[in-house]
Amino acid sequence: MSEKLIAPLTVHRGLATWGEKLVPLAAFRQAAAETGLRLTQREREAALRAYRKATADSTPVEGPYSRIAVFGGVYSNHLALAEVLEEAARRGAEAIYCLGDLGAFGPSPEKVRPLLSHGGVLAIQGNYEESLASGREDCNCGYTDPRDNHFAEISYRYTAQSCSPGFKAWMGTLPRRRRVRVGNRELLLVHGSPRRVNEFLFHSTSPAPFLEVLLDQNRCDGILCTHTGLHWQRRLPSGRDVVNVGVIGRPANDGNTHVWFAMLEAREKDGLGVELLPLRYDHSGLAAEMRREGLPEEFVETVLTGWWTTCLEILPARERAASRF
Amino acid sequence: MSVAEANPIPAAAPRVELKSLDTLWFQVGGTVCNLACTHCFVSCSPTNHTHEFLALAEVRRYLDEATRLGVREYYFTGGEPFLNPEMEAILEATLALGPATVLTNGLLLDPARCARLKKLADATDYSLDLRVSMDGYDAESNDPVRGAGTFERILAGVRNLHEAGLNPVITVTEVCREATTDSGKERFFALLRTMGIERPRLKVLPVFQIGAEAERGGAYESWQRLREGDAPAGDWDHLQCSACRMVTDQGVWVCPILVNEPTAKMGETLADTLGAFPLEHPACWTCHVYGVSCRT
Ligand code: SF4
Ligand code: SF4
Repeated sequence: MSEKLIAPLTVHRGLATWGEKLVPLAAFRQAAAETGLRLTQREREAALRAYRKATADSTPVEGPYSRIAVFGGVYSNHLALAEVLEEAARRGAEAIYCLGDLGAFGPSPEKVRPLLSHGGVLAIQGNYEESLASGREDCNCGYTDPRDNHFAEISYRYTAQSCSPGFKAWMGTLPRRRRVRVGNRELLLVHGSPRRVNEFLFHSTSPAPFLEVLLDQNRCDGILCTHTGLHWQRRLPSGRDVVNVGVIGRPANDGNTHVWFAMLEAREKDGLGVELLPLRYDHSGLAAEMRREGLPEEFVETVLTGWWTTCLEILPARERAASRF
Repeated sequence: MSVAEANPIPAAAPRVELKSLDTLWFQVGGTVCNLACTHCFVSCSPTNHTHEFLALAEVRRYLDEATRLGVREYYFTGGEPFLNPEMEAILEATLALGPATVLTNGLLLDPARCARLKKLADATDYSLDLRVSMDGYDAESNDPVRGAGTFERILAGVRNLHEAGLNPVITVTEVCREATTDSGKERFFALLRTMGIERPRLKVLPVFQIGAEAERGGAYESWQRLREGDAPAGDWDHLQCSACRMVTDQGVWVCPILVNEPTAKMGETLADTLGAFPLEHPACWTCHVYGVSCRT
């Protein structure tokens, strides 16, 4: 061992490091004890309450409905979109909501437009719509991995080029959030989270106490979101619900080719019934179209196998462990 | 009393508001470490008791408060967290409430401990991440910084985690110059792949020129300070102190970087520390310029 490494092993005996200085332990501890706030118990309670307080939100409340269908992440998958609209009608949905990200990944983004309008779909903006409508250079997905970024760029550029100015402008008119009443529950519909359009709410990183505070701060009985590509739901101790409805644009990284959407209905007993439902569609048809459009074979593989090949960096440890790649 | 009165500051230092308390850090190993790395910005060593271990009971008290504030994720660091005899119990208590990440030097990760950690990971709904520090892809580059013989011991820890079914994030500081380039990163990935880790994970952090690192690599110069107007539109959301706090055995600090500055202590409980903090320390300059987050 070099001399340099031996020195620090004993150098701190009885001494504290205050920045780069060595000072007697007691001097550091006393300085620390004298610094910062020391609120009274009552002030602390008030501070905690103030932190959870709801901020004003003038979003109009739609409904009330007794049954709605909600989906996210179309990613230009018009075949799955057509399927989900039929399925929603079959299940008696009184309204159909889309939580954003209409484009990217799949082929021919214009094809989803007539389906949305004929289906009377009520949509909000995702990060994709925000970026496209404002002419941003990237999709604002927030990837840090260069490989993820590479593929995100390809799909963003493709969508930006094949989308008409009229469609882009329409995306810019969509609201960023909606409030919808289902039975006696007021639900907040957002893309990523109520705080940021591109915040990821994964199951393993969205703990119940965090969600309870988010619901308080947004004064609602439930949150519906998407953006992660993986569906999940959590019934909180307060009886409220958070549902990530998943996406209909690509499979859920579980080796199955189907995609996911949600049905929500008013219930006598527990207020809100939440069903996350698999949706089959002509995935080989989609794969063929993607190849015709010259989209990356990595994307096509995901459609055909049900496993993600890109954007894996965003997955938390738990979701990544269940992943093939 | 306002925070400004508690921390008298030069007028030029901008202040960062706490937007939301998303990330709560615990200096669970204090400043006590079984290594004494030459670049440690907390100057940890076997004899550095500036901060002591946190006890499970103390951690529990802060966890209670944290759930009322809707903390989203918990991080554990030191010193070396696994020197703390209660570390696994602390992790178990935490994982009942949210996702957790432990920053470790990897030396105390024997097979039995790794198996227990895997059990903890499987028993919760939330993510458990282990982050293991290395400062080179071979003994020649790593050992001068971390200590003789450490490279092999770190690799053994990483291997034990992998064999238990846990995939750690390897953390490298820019003391290792190559880690800043794509080809340098590739060397780390290659090393991990040879160990059978198919999906290697790597995080590169800039160095903070404080603590032991000030001696090794040089301290900050006087121009390296933040001033009002450095952030466009006064928006400091990219700084982790807009969304984190750090608990040590002596109270709550603003962030995981400034624990050896008594002036960066903000209060006794989390409720005391929900106000703004002045960015007067030169390390704040690194956070801003490099866009650092100590999160994974
Ligand atoms: S850098 Fe980490 S391992 Fe090294 S002395 Fe500091 S705390 Fe210990
Ligand atoms: S060192 Fe970084 S995280 Fe800490 S107060 Fe300064 S800017 Fe914030």
